[in-house]
Amino acid sequence: MGERLIELREIKKSYGNVFAVGGVNMHVDRGEVVGLLGDNGAGKSTLIKILAGAVRPSHGQIFVRGTEVQGWNPGKSRDAGIETVFQDRALAVQQTIVRNIFMGREITGPFGFLDVRKERSEAERLMREIGFTSKVFSPDSIVGQLSGGERQGVAIARAIYNKADLIILDEPTTALSLTETEKVFRFVRTVRESGRSILFIGHNIHHVFDIAERFIVLDRGRVALEVTKAKVKSADNLIAFMEHIAHPSGPNPLDEILREKGAA
Amino acid sequence: MASIVEQKLPAEQPNGLRQFVGGNRASLGTLAVFVVMMVIFFAFAPRIFSQWPIYNSVLQTLPVALFLVVPLVFIVTVGEIDLSFPATMGFSAWIFALVVQAGFDPFLGMIAAVIVGMALGLGVGIVVVYAGLSSLVATLGMNFLLRGLIMIPTEGKSISLSSLGDTLAYNLFSSSVGGFPIQVVWAVIFVLVAIFLYNRHRFGVRVRAVGDNPDSAAQMGIDTKRIRVATFVFMGLGSALAGVFSTMINFTWWPSAGDAYLLPTLAAVFVGGTPTWGGVGTVAGGAIGAVIVSFIQTGIVAGGLSGFYVQFFNGLIIILSLLGHRWNQIRYR
Ligand SMILES: Nc1ncnc2c1ncn2[C@@H]1O[C@H](COP(=O)(O)OP(=O)(O)O)[C@@H](O)[C@H]1O
Ligand SMILES: [Mg+2]
Repeated sequence: MGERLIELREIKKSYGNVFAVGGVNMHVDRGEVVGLLGDNGAGKSTLIKILAGAVRPSHGQIFVRGTEVQGWNPGKSRDAGIETVFQDRALAVQQTIVRNIFMGREITGPFGFLDVRKERSEAERLMREIGFTSKVFSPDSIVGQLSGGERQGVAIARAIYNKADLIILDEPTTALSLTETEKVFRFVRTVRESGRSILFIGHNIHHVFDIAERFIVLDRGRVALEVTKAKVKSADNLIAFMEHIAHPSGPNPLDEILREKGAA
Repeated sequence: MASIVEQKLPAEQPNGLRQFVGGNRASLGTLAVFVVMMVIFFAFAPRIFSQWPIYNSVLQTLPVALFLVVPLVFIVTVGEIDLSFPATMGFSAWIFALVVQAGFDPFLGMIAAVIVGMALGLGVGIVVVYAGLSSLVATLGMNFLLRGLIMIPTEGKSISLSSLGDTLAYNLFSSSVGGFPIQVVWAVIFVLVAIFLYNRHRFGVRVRAVGDNPDSAAQMGIDTKRIRVATFVFMGLGSALAGVFSTMINFTWWPSAGDAYLLPTLAAVFVGGTPTWGGVGTVAGGAIGAVIVSFIQTGIVAGGLSGFYVQFFNGLIIILSLLGHRWNQIRYR
């Protein structure tokens, strides 16, 4: 694998006396696609919000390209080349598409005044790039007028504008139609081919299995499994494991497979 | 993404006029209210409203209101409110009066007033934003507090500045050219700069983003607290300018300076079409709102009705405007 882009060590986050994330070690390397799995409430969104700097961990260290960072926040995360498509999409719905794409990253000329033309043409280019063009709306349309899939398109366009090294997608296909979902996956493949990293959270394990090379399964705020695609072999094995941690009865179905691999 | 026909061409350029109307619904609506109001004034008092003096008297006081309304639009857009600007205005004007009274050049007084106004705005902003207080209540408290700080040392006495009239600063900012009050020019420049700041500057778009969805703005790396505080500093700047201009117009500083502007300024912001919920607003609309409010105050009396009617018509216009904007605006969620 390539360079270690980001690494979390012993990350914890508590809300009151509940640990949403309870001591997680994980990393993402350059050029890899990592699938983050886990039941509802497992702590996936909290973990990626920590990576995005939006949530401050109560404990632990964050390393970017091998160096520990202090005072991690959303600005530093974006500056480090990490772009996040949040589960709730984090859009300002009364603003235009252009304003949302460039939120916090405005293209400005002298004295901080906006370069409106450049923003508009960049927005058009980004939307075309991800197959997100229409006669019905323009970059100046208000986001509140768009459908869920179209809003997801805006959130994704924002994430790719900055040529990030790592794009984090938190359940990007939830509540999308089949064709919209297909578009998101096509986008993920394009990003992967361009050699950038992706951290993908999804509820459909088959989908995640298809696009990712390595999987991290969270269970009640802890890493229950970290495994490569080569080792786990099939989506069904992953599903069996996740059912096992949800309703533990009998032996861990992965034990045999993983041991087999280790022996071979 | 699916419901859209994929195509190679960029989105069709929307018709320019339609886009302008769509993007300026609120301020155009306010303009319509103004036109209707003027038509009514004309119908009732054609002789008075076809002559210059009535406009002159509106233009005398309008600039002061504009310096206040414009920054208040930014504050309401960012999702806060400020009730402390009248005292900030009185306080900065007091500094101006003291500097001039001490024999210094009024320019120096202006600079001192602006610095003090912005510092007070910064203080109010920090108290509201970093202490996490409700801006409605905290700024109400600040208004009393600051007014008290004016009243205690001055014991309620005014300062007369009769020497002002001979100064360059007065001629530049407050004299009249061919019967036209020059302060209007400065206020209009202020409004125009603010319109660009609001619509075409990083500060303005961040103010709107923070007011629209503070969590998203923070997740995108915007320092939302800093932006909020900055709107209060801008309010301090506007209040100081309003205070200086009103002192220059009257040649006198009163310890109550600014008090009378609280409700008309608030009314102008909302009559102008800036909604209460944050994220969107209109500086141009707010400016027109200030014109409307000024005309009601002057026009009612000039039109031959007794001053007792002013409050009634003020209220009527506010309610009718809000109803109009409610029908005219959609709140996206
Ligand atoms: N802001 C918050 N305040 C309190 N509890 C929270 C907050 N955010 C998340 N939690 C709790 O933390 C746990 C993990 O949530 P989350 O990270 O959203 O899980 P997932 O994305 O895997 O479904 C849940 O029990 C959730 O209720
Ligand atoms: Mg989640």
